[in-house]
Amino acid sequence: MAKRPTPTEFIIERDEGKCIACQVCVRMCSNDAHSYDPETDTVTSDSTKCVGCHFCETICPTGAIIIKRNPSEFKLNANWSAQVIRNITKQAETSGVLLTGMGCDKPYPVYWDHIVLNASQVTNPSIDPLREPMELRTYIGRKPDRIELTAHSPQSTEKNKIPSAMDYRLLTKLSPQLKLETPILFSAMSYGSISLNACISLARAAKEIGTFYNTGEGGLHKDLYEYGAHTIVQVASGRFGVHREYLEAGAAIEIKIGQGAKPGIGGHLPGEKVSEEISQTRMIPVGTDALSPAPHHDIYSIEDLKQLIFALKEATRYSKPVGVKISAVHNVAPIASGIVRAGADFVAIDGLRGGTGAAPTVIRDNVGIPIELAIAAVDNRLREEGIRNQASLIAAGGIRSSSDVIKAIALGADAVYIGTAALVAMGCNLCQRCYTGKCNWGIATQDPYLTKRLNPDIGTRRLVNLLRAWSLEIKEMLGGMGINAIESLRGNREQLRGVGLSDTDLKLLGIKPAGEAW
Amino acid sequence: MVKRIYIREEYCMGCRLCEVHCLVQHSKTKNIIKAYKGEYPKPIPRIIVEEKGYVSFALQCRHCEDAPCLEACITGAMYRDKKTGAVLCDEDKCIGCWMCIMVCPFGVISRNIEGKKIASKCDLCVGEEVPVCVKNCPNEAIVCEEEK
Repeated sequence: MAKRPTPTEFIIERDEGKCIACQVCVRMCSNDAHSYDPETDTVTSDSTKCVGCHFCETICPTGAIIIKRNPSEFKLNANWSAQVIRNITKQAETSGVLLTGMGCDKPYPVYWDHIVLNASQVTNPSIDPLREPMELRTYIGRKPDRIELTAHSPQSTEKNKIPSAMDYRLLTKLSPQLKLETPILFSAMSYGSISLNACISLARAAKEIGTFYNTGEGGLHKDLYEYGAHTIVQVASGRFGVHREYLEAGAAIEIKIGQGAKPGIGGHLPGEKVSEEISQTRMIPVGTDALSPAPHHDIYSIEDLKQLIFALKEATRYSKPVGVKISAVHNVAPIASGIVRAGADFVAIDGLRGGTGAAPTVIRDNVGIPIELAIAAVDNRLREEGIRNQASLIAAGGIRSSSDVIKAIALGADAVYIGTAALVAMGCNLCQRCYTGKCNWGIATQDPYLTKRLNPDIGTRRLVNLLRAWSLEIKEMLGGMGINAIESLRGNREQLRGVGLSDTDLKLLGIKPAGEAW
Repeated sequence: MVKRIYIREEYCMGCRLCEVHCLVQHSKTKNIIKAYKGEYPKPIPRIIVEEKGYVSFALQCRHCEDAPCLEACITGAMYRDKKTGAVLCDEDKCIGCWMCIMVCPFGVISRNIEGKKIASKCDLCVGEEVPVCVKNCPNEAIVCEEEK
């Protein structure tokens, strides 16, 4: 049966007056959407092949190309949208599960956009971060219930001397901590789902800024060991690439239970992507599918999780924090409480809008809860149980700007993970075709023609710029509130107000509506 | 200090934008659309992207220390610029005998035969602070640095 043509998603518009037939677009499109005809010396485009990544548009030296959404419309129908019709047609033809990449793109309410921040006026002074010190340093890890100090230092025995902070010594043994210069980390993205050049960019940027990136379930490539002090190594259900040196190389270990884009299901790196380098890093044969099971087959309860947490702590001689990453689901608060009680030093929670390299569209768009509600619920629960200090909380899943970061922290997170934002900084335009391995930007691909398009020097520079810019903005917002340390904002929901939210939303988020004073 | 153009072939994606910008820089109008669509003689790029499989790199005159083209040139058209150390071709003197092309170990001199027959080669973009190929490479695969 011939494939029934459906209207294409995008239209490639070429301004013939500007097109110089230099063929840059022809050479660069990994989907072969452009072609050159030597007989007529013209370049033509096939819109059916366009995925909307905008690479050609970006690189065209004369600006002759514009990628537009196809204006062809179905009969307007609120229930049966063009997307729905396209999906059904695709499945009627292929009988397959629809795949997609990146995070949920459905118009669920984004609570960040319904939360506003406070600022100082008259009664309390605001602070100018360009003139006064502003502290963004954040420590991730278990904090002690109480600390004991001793004043028995030689200086303090002198009479009439006022003791200084230096005269005290801390008796309490602190748990290992991750020291972040800004409360933003790079989310777990594996070598395999993204290219080595992308991993190197993340690692170098994390080192330069003084934060951490996460290996995902891809193991640690030999070239990345030098960034170990800025790496969180992940142990996921497939246990790919996990060995002694791997665990010892990282600054922290994260057990991945779930991912915001696909709660409850595992991962699948197709065999075509398992090159020699990836096979060595993941410790699997070349060309075999890397299948991560949905659950960890040795974890069916909090007690089982506790065993793995302590096995990893034992293996690394209690020298580094061990955390657990879960996706935000209905029961996230009690689950997080169990995880903290199981001994995790940090809990990472990935919300509904968290990204992925590949996931069934139906799962990505319909499973899980928004991160805003999850942070509020988990922070509340841990506070109520008096165990909030026992673990740090890292929020992930759709953090788009510095204001999202600061709102997440005010809601109760200690830090945030950014994944999609980091990819966008490296060039990504969210065409959501990561699963095809044909990423024109050289990010979500292992094709040697494409991976070299991401120069890690440029990637690093752009990521560092992004984090610097966000950090500055966070300082500005903190200063406006009259706060000079991010620690003082953590869980400080009085600084937040809801706009256009229902009473239930406000109750769940634990914030007051805009207009209501302290 | 002499500045040299270094190639980082691991990041060359083979887009050939360097060729496009080189051509425009060495056109009469320096306008990209006119250079491609209206100029005669048609300008040609002085940088060439070599490709084999996924390996590609942009190559232009290396401005050799012991440049064979300088010795081979029968009219003295090829000369070395004292200030920048660049090997340049005086197009008024060049008669298009192609001796320089014969001896060039890198194959980076090309024939420009549309107008007066002349040898066409990289001049490090005389008058520009940074050669245009370096300035416009989208992936920084060509860099201009002090001689190492």
